[in-house]
Parts: sequence; C-alpha cells; structure tokens
Amino acid sequence: MPDPTVVSHHAIAPRAEPGAAVTFTVDGKEVTAPAGTFLIAAAEEAGVYIPRFCYHPRMKPVGMCRMCLVEVSGPRGFSLQPACYLPVADGMEVVTTSDKVRKAQDGVLEFLLVNHPLDCPVCDKGGECPLQDQVLAYGPGESRFVEEKRHWAKPIALSELVLLDRERCIQCGRCVRFAAEIAGEAQIDFLARGDTMEVNIFEEVAFTSYFSGNTVQICPVGALTATPYRFTARPWDLDQVESTCTTCAFGCRVAVQSSANRVTRLLGMDSDPVNQSWLCDKGRFAYEAVNSDDRLTEPLVRADGGDLDVVSWAEALSETASRLARVREEHGPGSVGVIGGARLSNEDAYAWAKLAKGVLRTDNVDAQLGDGLPAEVVLGLPRATVDEACQARCVVTLSGDLREELPVLFLRLRGAVDAGTTSLVEISPRPSELSALAAASLRYRPGELGALVDVLAQGGSGDAAPRGLDARALAAARAALAEGGDQGEGVVLVLGRPSLAEHGALVAEAALAFVRALPRAKVLPALRRGNVMGALDMGLAPGLLPGRVSLEEGRGWYEAAWGGVPEAAGRDTTAMLEALALGQMKAVVLLGADVLGDFPDRRLAERALDAADVVVAVDTFLSPSSARAHVVLPASGAHERTGTTTNVEGRVTRLGQKVVAPGQCWSDWMIAAELAARLGGDLGVTGVAELWDEIERLAPSHAGVTRAVLEGNAGRDGIVVPLPATPLPRPTRRPRPFDPMATPGIEQVERQGAPPRAGLAEPLGGEEPPAPLAPSTGGRPPMLRAPAHIDAPPVPRRDGYALLLVSGRRLYDGGVAVETSESLAPLAGTAAARLHSSELEHAGVPGGGRLRLRSATGTLVVDAHADDGLPVGVVWVPFNLGADSDSDVGVVLDAAAAVNDVRLETL
Amino acid sequence: MTIGHLSDEARRRAEELVALYPHPRSALIPICHLAQEQDGWLTPEAIAEIAELVGLAPAEVVGTATFYDMLHTEPVGRYVITVCTNIACMLRGAYELLEHAEDRLEVRSGGTTADGTFTLEEAECLADCGVAPVCQVNHRFFGNLSPASFDTLVEDLRAGRLDGEVPPHGTLVRVRRQGGLRVDPETVTTERRQMAEAIASRAEASGDSQT
Amino acid sequence: MSPASVPRIVTSRLGYEDSHTLERYLSSGGYEGLRKALTMHPEQVAAEVDAVSLLGRGGAGFPAGRKWSMLRKGPVPYLVVNGDESEPATFKDHLLIERDPHQLIEGIVICAYAIQAAQAFLYIRGEFALGLERVTAALNDAYEHGAVGRDIFGSGFSLDVVVHPGAGAYICGEETALLESLEGKRGFPRIKPPYFPAAVGLFGEPTVVNNVETLSNLPWVMVNGSAAFTALGAGRSTGTRLFALSGHVHNPGVYEVEMVKTTFRNLVFDAELGGGVPGGRQVKALIPGGVSAPWFGPDLLDLPLGQDEVADKGSMLGSGSVVVMDDTTCTVRAAWRITRFFRRESCGQCTPCREGSGWLERILLRIESGSGRESDLDLLMDVCDNLSPGLAWPPQQTTICVLGPSIPSSIASGIRMFRDEFLVHVKDGRCPYA
Ligand SMILES: Cc1cc2nc3c(=O)[nH]c(=O)nc-3n(C[C@H](O)[C@H](O)[C@H](O)COP(=O)(O)O)c2cc1C
Ligand code: SF4
Ligand code: FES
Repeated sequence: MPDPTVVSHHAIAPRAEPGAAVTFTVDGKEVTAPAGTFLIAAAEEAGVYIPRFCYHPRMKPVGMCRMCLVEVSGPRGFSLQPACYLPVADGMEVVTTSDKVRKAQDGVLEFLLVNHPLDCPVCDKGGECPLQDQVLAYGPGESRFVEEKRHWAKPIALSELVLLDRERCIQCGRCVRFAAEIAGEAQIDFLARGDTMEVNIFEEVAFTSYFSGNTVQICPVGALTATPYRFTARPWDLDQVESTCTTCAFGCRVAVQSSANRVTRLLGMDSDPVNQSWLCDKGRFAYEAVNSDDRLTEPLVRADGGDLDVVSWAEALSETASRLARVREEHGPGSVGVIGGARLSNEDAYAWAKLAKGVLRTDNVDAQLGDGLPAEVVLGLPRATVDEACQARCVVTLSGDLREELPVLFLRLRGAVDAGTTSLVEISPRPSELSALAAASLRYRPGELGALVDVLAQGGSGDAAPRGLDARALAAARAALAEGGDQGEGVVLVLGRPSLAEHGALVAEAALAFVRALPRAKVLPALRRGNVMGALDMGLAPGLLPGRVSLEEGRGWYEAAWGGVPEAAGRDTTAMLEALALGQMKAVVLLGADVLGDFPDRRLAERALDAADVVVAVDTFLSPSSARAHVVLPASGAHERTGTTTNVEGRVTRLGQKVVAPGQCWSDWMIAAELAARLGGDLGVTGVAELWDEIERLAPSHAGVTRAVLEGNAGRDGIVVPLPATPLPRPTRRPRPFDPMATPGIEQVERQGAPPRAGLAEPLGGEEPPAPLAPSTGGRPPMLRAPAHIDAPPVPRRDGYALLLVSGRRLYDGGVAVETSESLAPLAGTAAARLHSSELEHAGVPGGGRLRLRSATGTLVVDAHADDGLPVGVVWVPFNLGADSDSDVGVVLDAAAAVNDVRLETL
Repeated sequence: MTIGHLSDEARRRAEELVALYPHPRSALIPICHLAQEQDGWLTPEAIAEIAELVGLAPAEVVGTATFYDMLHTEPVGRYVITVCTNIACMLRGAYELLEHAEDRLEVRSGGTTADGTFTLEEAECLADCGVAPVCQVNHRFFGNLSPASFDTLVEDLRAGRLDGEVPPHGTLVRVRRQGGLRVDPETVTTERRQMAEAIASRAEASGDSQT
Repeated sequence: MSPASVPRIVTSRLGYEDSHTLERYLSSGGYEGLRKALTMHPEQVAAEVDAVSLLGRGGAGFPAGRKWSMLRKGPVPYLVVNGDESEPATFKDHLLIERDPHQLIEGIVICAYAIQAAQAFLYIRGEFALGLERVTAALNDAYEHGAVGRDIFGSGFSLDVVVHPGAGAYICGEETALLESLEGKRGFPRIKPPYFPAAVGLFGEPTVVNNVETLSNLPWVMVNGSAAFTALGAGRSTGTRLFALSGHVHNPGVYEVEMVKTTFRNLVFDAELGGGVPGGRQVKALIPGGVSAPWFGPDLLDLPLGQDEVADKGSMLGSGSVVVMDDTTCTVRAAWRITRFFRRESCGQCTPCREGSGWLERILLRIESGSGRESDLDLLMDVCDNLSPGLAWPPQQTTICVLGPSIPSSIASGIRMFRDEFLVHVKDGRCPYA
C-alpha cells in the first residue's frame, strides 16, 4: 500500500481531536463547528456560501483557484485567507463581504478569464457553468484583457468516453485529484507548469479508468466532456428526478436527466452512506441502453415452429396464461419455474413472487443465475452496512474483483484503506485490483477455501494450509484479523463469488465457518446483479417468502395473506435448468434473465431451453435467450418506473421515473398482475404504492418502513432494512443544500425548479413525519437465520494433468447493458486466459500463445498470457466476454460441479 | 516485470537510487537524469520503465518530468546550449548574444539544428552572473561571452575539442556516489532503525537529565 | 572595520585552486568545528547557534537557531539543505557548493547533530553539474574520512547525506516546493497551514530546511565561538554575509562583507569590491535582494547592508544579490524581463500568479515595443494590486507562496520611480533606449 503522505498532493493540517468544538464569527454571526473543519464547509453549514472552484467536499483541498479568499482575523489584523483549507479556530473572525474580499474575488475571476476562450455558445457547459454563473454574478462587465490568449489544439480524446478541451480548463485540478486521490489511478495529470500547464494523459496510456466520468461531472467548466452527452442537450432543456442506479447492486444515488423523453445524462448524487457523489462509468453511461432503438416495444408470440410475431397484449397474456396453466395442470405446479428478477424493482419482484408462489404455487423461483450464493446464507447472516465495512478495523473480502463487480464499493473501501481506518485482507484465487490495497492477499486454488479459512480464522495450524500459501501473507492476514478482536467485533466479511468456476456452496460454507470462528463479525454481501438483494428479500428464491422468511416458517402467515403457498421448497436456477433439460420441468419464465449469456454453463442452458415446452421471456431486449422464447413480453426498464430498490447492505431507496417506456412496454408488476388474473388468481393490487404498503405490512424485514418514512427526511439516503430494534434517531440537522459547485449540473436543474427538488430536503418542523419507530413484529414470522452449515458438493481429488478453472466478471462484459450502450460496447474486451508462466511453459507455449481448454462440457480456444500473480495449477478466463457465444468460457463451465477441471492443449 | 529499456547498468544504478530514499518516489528526478544520460531525453519507453521503478502511473512521471526544464520529453540536440537572458546577463548584452547565436546556428531559440547537433534555448538566471553574459552547454558553464567567443565555443564543440569538458547531453554527474550507510536495502533499514532508536533514546536520556 | 580586515567566515579558502579538496580543507582547519561540536551535547550546539542570531541566508532571513527549536518533538527529523539557488542574479551558493563543498558538508553534519537528524538531503540546483560532481566527490571523501556516515569520528553519531539534483525549476527554492520536489513530485509549494516544515515536512516528518550559506557558517561558529560571530555586524544582522553583485559594475562577483557596517555604496563603489559603475555612468536604480525585491534609487546607496535596515525602507536583503542598473538602462525592459522570469517560473497552481504573470508580461512587452496605451499604467498597477493587495512590502498574499505577490515588485518600482519613462514609451511608440 503506498504511503498516503507520499501519495497525497499536499500535506493538510492534521485534524483536531474529534468532538472538540470551536466558536467563531462569520460576518458577525456566531458559528460553532467541530475543530479542524475547513472554514469553507463550516461557513456553508452556517448558511454563508463562499465562492470556490477547486474545492470539492469529497476531496482534500489544494487551494489552487484562490476564489475562496475571505478576510480572517489574525495576530497582525485581518488578512485574506483561503477558506477552503483554513481550519476554523476559536475566536476567529471572518468577513466574507468586504470590499477587499470582493476585489480579490473579482480579481481571481478576471484572471481566470485571461486565457479562457469564452466560447459559451458552443460549450456543453453553457447554462450550467459555475464560471459563467460567477462571472455573470460578480465578474467585471468588460474584459480589460486585450492580449492574445493561449491556444491549444481543440478537444483531444483522453479515452473513448472523455474528451478534453484544454483551452477551457481553469487548472483547478479536480480531475487529476479525483484520478489520483479517489480512484487511485493517476492516468491523467498536470503537465508542464505555469501558464502552459495542461491536464493530459501519458501518450501511450488512455484514461481508461472505470471512474473517468466523475471527472466530467466535477469539472467546473466545459473542459471535460463525455462523448455520450456531448452536444445532446442544453442544460435548460433538461429536467431531472432523483433515483438509484440499478446497473449493479451497490445502489448509487443518481440524478437522472432527460430531454424530449430521452435520458440524456446521469449525475452522481452525494449520498453520504452510499456513493458519496461518485459513479462508475458503466452506471453513468448505460442509460444509452434505455434509449436504444433495439428495445423491445411490443409483445411477441411465436407462431407454431416459426417466427416471433407482434401481437396485442391481450393475446400475448392469454397465450402465456393458457400455456402455463396447461403445463401446470398436466405436470403439476413444480413443472413451472421462474428464473431472474434482479432487473425488477422491489414492488415488481414482490408481485412476481406472489404470482409464482401464491398463484402458480411453484417454489421453483430464483433471481440468481447460478453465479450467486445460497439465499438463506446471504439473507441470514448478520449484515454490515457499507459504512460499517469502511469503519471496520479489518475487512476480509471473499469475493470477485470488486472494482469489476461493485465499482463504487471498491472506491469506498479504497478510501477507507487510504484513510488508514481499515486494513484489508483479500481472499481470492487470483490477483485483483484489491490486491494492491490489501494488507495481505491470500491465494488459493478452487476447492481449498475451507482449508484456507480454517488456518486463517479458526487457528488451524499452518501445516493444513493450502500448498504454496505465502506464509508471510498468512501471518499478515492473521495480524490484521486479530485487530478486529477475538470475536470479530471489528471484522466485516465482504462475501461474493471469488470465482464462477467454484461452486457457490463451497464459498457459502467457508463464510459460515468464518462466522462460526468470529461470531460477532458482520457480512456485507457482494452479489452484483441489479436489484438482486431486493429480489431475494421479496422471495424470488427457492424456499423463501417475502421479508427474509423461510417457506416453512412463513407458510401460515402467507397462506393467510395470499391464500396459499407452494408445498415444498423448490429448485435453484441450476437445478431448474437441469430439470428442464431432463424433462422433469416443462415451463420457464425468464424474468430479464439471459441464461445463455449469463448462466455459467452455456451447454446446460441450451439444453434446457431446447427441451422446455414453454419459455416465456419478460425482457427489455431480445437477448439470445428471449429470442428462443415462445412468448416475449416487453417490460419497462430503468428510469421508466417508480418504486424502490434494495442494495447490498439492505438499503431501500426510491426509483424515479424520468421517461416513458417506449412502445407498449409494461411494468413487470403489471404483467404479473394481469397474468395472475388470467390464471385465476388476483394479486389484489393496482399500483406501486399499494404494493409497497403490502410489502411493509407483510414482510417481517420491512416492518415500519412506511412510504411516509421512505419519502420523508429520514429516508433521503434510503432506509436500511430491517429497522433496528431501537428507534432510528430523528434527524437533528437539515441536510445541507447542494453545493452548486460539487456537481454543477444538478444544481442548475434544481434552480429551475424541476421536481422533485434534488437534494433539498423538506425543512424540519411540524410536517416532518415522525421518526420511524422500531417495527412491531407481532404476528409476523421470524426472519431467517443462516444455517450453521450447508452441504457443499465434495471436492474431487485434483487431476494432476488438469488445471483448475477460475472465472469471473469484468465490468464491461458481453451483457445487455454494455452491448446496447453505444459508447460502452466497444470497451468490452475479449476473453484471454491467464496462467502462471510455469504452466505456460508446461503447456508448451512459454511466453503465451493460443491454447485450447478442454473440459467435460466443451472446448474453448483462447489466447493465453503469463501472470505470475496466479497460483500454479489454475487458469483464469473472464466470463461472458467471448467474441461470440461459442467462444465464451461458459461453454467449458459446469455450474453444478464443485470445481472445474480443464486440460490445456496446444493447437 | 522489467520493461528492459534501461541498460542493465542504468537499471542497477536506478535501483541504488531508489534505495537511497525512504520512499521510492523520491528517486524519480535522479532516475530521470539517469535515463537522459542514456538516451539524451526521456523516451516514452523510459517513462514507462521509470514509472514501474518508482511505483507511479506513467502519467505522473510525465506530469512531474515536464514540470522541470532540464527534463526533455522530446529529442534534443547533442549539445543543448542555454543562453541566460535574465536581468544580470541582459544588462551585459545577453539578448544581443542570443540573437547572434540564433544567426550563427541558424535556428530559433527553442529549436534544434537540422543536423541534430545543437539545441538552442533561452535560460532563466543560471547563477553565474559574475561572468555575465553566460551560457551553459550540456550544463557546463561558459561565461564572459561575446559573439566572437561564442563562435569559438561552437567551433570547439563541433570539432570535439571540448569533449573532455562537455559530456554528451544528459550526463549530469560524472562522479558516482560511493559512501553511504547502505550496502544492501536490508542492512540500510536495520541501520536506519538502530540509528533512529539510538537518537531517540539519547534524546530521552538527555530530556530526563534536564528535568 | 574596513572590509579587508574582517575575518572571512565562509570564503577563507576560495583563493586556492584546490579549495574543493579534502586535503586543502584539512590543511586549513577543516572538520575541527565538527570535532568540537561532537564533544558537546547536541542541545549545546543548538544553543550556540541560537546565540549568534544566524539569520537564514536563503531569503526569508529567519534565525537558524529559532528554526531548529521549533521542531516537533518525537520523530527523528530530517535535515534538508536548500542549494537550489535560482533567484536571478544570486550566485553565492553556487560558489560555496563548487569551491568549498567540505565546509558545507561540515556545516550539514553540525546541524544534523544539533537537531539529531539521521538523514540529510542536499538539494542542489540541477544546472550545477560541476557543483554536483564536486559535492559528490567531497562526500565520498568525507565518508572515507569518517566525517559522514556511521559513527562519525567515533562519536557514535551517524548521519547519511544524500545529494539530490534538481531539474530546473526556480520555484523549487521555495522550501515546501523543494520538499515536494524531493518527494519526487511536481514542485508545487504546499498550502499553509501547516506553516512550518519543522512541524510537517519531508514525508510528513519534522524537517529543518536551511540554505547552503547559512550552514556554511557553522564550522566557523563552532571553532571561534558565538562571541566572535556576534562581534561582527549589528543588531539582528550579525556576522558577515555573501553579496552577489552584478549588472553595471566594474567587478561583478561575490563578496563577503560584514553586515550593517557595510553600505550599498561600499559594495558598489569600493575598489576592492564592485569598483564603481563603468564609464563613469550614474546608478539609476538597484535591486537590493533578488528580483523579488522592490528597487532602490541612488538616494539609498548609503543604506547599511542589514536585514532590518533594508526592510525599514520597504525592500529586503533577500537572497543577497545586488543588481546595479546604470542610466543607460531601460527600466520598462528591466521590469518586463523580470516579469517574464516570473511568468516562466510560476508553478501554475494559483490563478493570480499563473494568469497574472502572463498578463502583466504581455502588457509590459506591448509598452516596451511601443504599442502601449497610457491607461496600461493604471491597468498594470491594478493587476499588480490584485496579486498583492495594497502593494505593500512585505506583500499581502493572495497566493500559496510569495512568488505571486513578488511579481509586482519590479513593476510597481518601475512605475513609481520612472513613470515618465513608461509614458515616453507610450507617447513615442518606441523604446527611447533602443
Ligand atoms: C519563490 C521562492 C524562491 C526561493 N528560492 C530559494 C533559493 O533558491 N535558495 C534558498 O536557499 N532559499 C530560497 N527561498 C527561501 C526558502 O523558502 C527558505 O526560506 C530557505 O531555504 C530557508 O533557509 P534559511 O533559513 O537558511 O535561509 C525561496 C523562497 C521563495 C518564496
Ligand atoms: S504563488 Fe505562484 S509559484 Fe507560488 S504557489 Fe502560487 S502559483 Fe505557485
Ligand atoms: S482556493 Fe479555495 S476553493 Fe480554490
């Protein structure tokens, strides 16, 4: 881990003792603030806004722009001081409105315009530009500058996504600071010095950071622009809603902006417990998929053995209902299954759970596509929030590469490690972006996880450790873990799937062993797909009912509410596909699930779809899987619906509808309700609000989270469910209004009064809904607790001639979101294998080359490269990145196997 | 992973430089000088390798290097002549000298002669104002210049008569550091710690004796 | 005391061809000061230096002893030596580095012993290739001789000295920019607070930054004692000081003279010093302490060379450089050239300095080349005022470091002292001196 003092751009005043408060005056008004607070923030809190350009509340101050100069008293009288990095002190007197201050600020503005091209009419930022605004507000009427301005070549592409117009740059350093300080990838920096100083990249390395869009968001002028947004709209034509990004399961808060019913831009909102204003580029730009011309817009039904034809909704629904009803009648409720649901809102997911389990009475329902973990483990373990993880003494990651799977969680953890509050232990079969941050990285080969957790957490002797485990890393990991306490009270386990080629049950069992050893450790799930956590909470998993309740324990409660529930626990996705392939199941509804592309066993998915009598797809795009369906029902997607979503920590936040879905797309819950009606049931709901009320009334985990709570001040950043037993504290302070400089575009729209007012909370007072009370659980079934053990398939003895396959996801993959977003699609790489150089030598291609991987299920030809960060005996191939479906690693994967063996063959 | 642009010798010296400092990044500028000693300027390959040596992103290496006048990210001539025109030299005819140099070398200040022999630059004060006007050739001083003595200088350089005095561009220090506390990095660390501890305990002891 | 009878504290060896060698150094009393210091308690050494009021010779003139006493206690401090000398017309450290490196090394070890540093970094301006070679060679010899390294002269005190070359950037003379540069970064001065490297310095550790000349005084102080040093000079300005004299004088060069007892007139006109202005021309103006300093007219020639004496007259002794401009000098051109220097050397962080320096330079160039307007004079003054509110000395700061607010010095001096000359440029549409 690089030493923070060496990495940081400037040494900053050490923060004062926490808790100490100081009192000082701003323009005669007495203000109290915690010692060590920077004057600019303390004044803002007190209602005095000091102008600024370079200061950003989420980054260390650098004091470069000098816009924030104010008069501050000192031993030698008043002097001009920069408010952005001056810590407040007792008795300090601050004047922000004197002539001297105004002259200094006007002077800075004039200086800023010396080399600024003033090309506002053609600049994307025109209309929402802080420089423009401030010049209009305070600036000199006429420029006294008559000399020649500095010239640069017009916009240069820093990457596929970000363009830089250096003439407009005001050298505030926000972008370069973000890249180095927040993202930890200094791909852009200042070059040269003085008035020739420019932001740029090293010519050979583009600005490919997954977080590059944030620099566009925080640029206070039009110097950095994003290709997807460039020239698409003028700020005054935009309006916006607050919403939550559902591209992954982290749940970043966003401002969604549109113009003429097209989404034009997403900006990260500053939600303190979640994304702290940052977004990843996939989340930021995947709105292009929403606008895509390839969207499904009409229901389709396959003519007998033929093509998909456009039909009316009435026809499509009765076709679907009659097919499902027939199968159910002939083969029983267990012959029908529902796969998917992570694309859905909570309300949609609840409606589908009610349809499947209450009406169809099948428990073959699974929102995870064989790439997750057993739901009872995910939902049943004591949950940590993201903040708790970032404050934990020790975070253990047993997950995929978080930067690829939950990018902003990666940023948060990186920030925690950088701040020195947290040390990280990485458990993974391969090096990842976390490795550089980790106090220790423990490498294992698939199948060795149990042994590894045993020596790490349970004090197992080092002898039992996996062969080749780095003893120094183990010692460092143990030391870091010991910091978290005997019982693990300071430990958070981030739990996902380190590899898709290793059975989830093995990982789950390792996690259970970890928690058995450290019973007070908490767990932050790292499942990545959209609203997968909400879907599981709503019961879209075998053996579960809404509200984190097991089928058995919730049976009475939901029978009473729904009129019936399935008889026995059903199958997960892998088992469903196997049953379909074997003819034991006949019908499947794909709820936004592309099993061919996304399920880690392509051959099984193919056999299942081939064998199924009925395949119904509810989707936004005609994916390879939905293209093989008998009925395709077009659903509305992100930014086209209201409702709620739930992130990895269990935080329920609201989704905002910004645009109207194209064509005849329906909300998923409506589709469920209409199908229920045609299947002889009745979901008993006519809207999203009613659905939420029902969830709150029935689901034990959601008790007390009423709409009033969600929509009130306390719910601004969402509500983590379940509510704690003790009442949530009533918010004591009104959230600060948005700093117009932190994210320029948001403020601008807000000023136009576009509803709802982004970030401005209702004033505290009489109308404030009562603080949420602890839920009364009377009558509700108890929530799940994770089992002590779970059955994992036995790990076969390693075949000495084979390698163990390791696979995982990349941020830009072959999935629908990337493929249908014009700007992101080219960023998806191709799948190449990586292995230890000694393995390459063994395989006869020292230095790398083309290889064939052969497994029991298929063969795959890929390029192979050396990577000595990998343990000997494994081969890493990223998932869902094949140039075409047959060249993806999914063809050699067996999802049911404990571990996946492959043999290498030269071509 | 070694990138292998720097010669083995340069690489070894770079690693020695890294070991001199508590943090590798500190060796950045000295290593840039080293790379210039090899190539005359900072090639992209060198930048990538330096980044790897000191644990930075290549953008940070260019960003830092381009801050400094002596580090060149574009090729320069065999002899870089920097003529000081700052106040003390200006008062003693530096601009006239620079103009003469431009005519003589047939290149504008900032440019390199067609044959790649000379790069002419206008320098800020070179701290040799006692013999103004002055210039440096590959960072070796020449003072009390007149147009005539400048011509002689150029002729001598061309003819190789100054080869002993003026090393090829990029060579900064011809003397190699020999002393030093360190033999190998491990020993260095232990030595450093022992020294710090000794000092701390001495300071403590002296503090005690005073109170 | 006449200049000639004053002891030479830092330049005693400079007459010898081999002044940079260990042999010469040892044969002329070298490393005796260090030997003596090592017999004393570190705090006694510091007290001795504190007693002599050794004002920093780098520019700010802060007493060395006071600075050392401000170190944050606890962590082992670093010593950083500022040998970046780049202030225009300053060339005295250059001389000390090239011609008496052992004296500097001895000073470094004495200082490091006093503050109990374990590692010292000697940051030398990159352009001083010969100096870098000489210091490196001297260090090699000093290690060999046991004056640096492990267990120095058997005292148990160990010190490692690292010579660190700069790479051409004036701003790296500013001590916090120097520290950034030494950490391998762009030479951006650090924001203050924290105000002093003594609290948060190199790598975040407490650090003393001292100038080459400042430290070169230490061997003499150790050998001769504080009383001998304070016997020279007057008030706070004790001892001798090096002055780099340049411009329109017969004998430009570096002179060691007693502080306060010597005047600008002595420096410029005494035969053994500057020797007067060539061609019998008159002094038009002089820059008393580097180009950051406001100018003086000939009326102040009799001002003593003392820190407070010069400060009282609204300028500074700064880096100890005196530039003489005679009556053939175009002051617009001089102001332009100095401003151009600041434009090229501004680090680029602060808006006023980055943009203001370039703007001012372009206006001045326009006036000098004959395309100026009368209103440009007010504009110049107002832009200067935006860089340094009130145009006072010492300047009020709108920027991170004092480079920015130093830019107006020459412009405001020029306009205040030679307004007519500026106006002639405007009226005639050409430079009257061209
Ligand atoms: C713009 C600027 C440039 C400076 N350049 C130098 C320099 O070249 N050499 C130097 O010793 N001090 C220089 N200084 C002063 C240093 O910041 C610092 O005060 C000095 O090195 C401290 O050493 P001293 O106390 O021994 O003088 C400069 C200061 C500023 C603001
Ligand atoms: S005043 Fe100028 S040189 Fe100093 S920090 Fe600011 S921009 Fe850099
Ligand atoms: S200097 Fe304070 S906000 Fe830029």
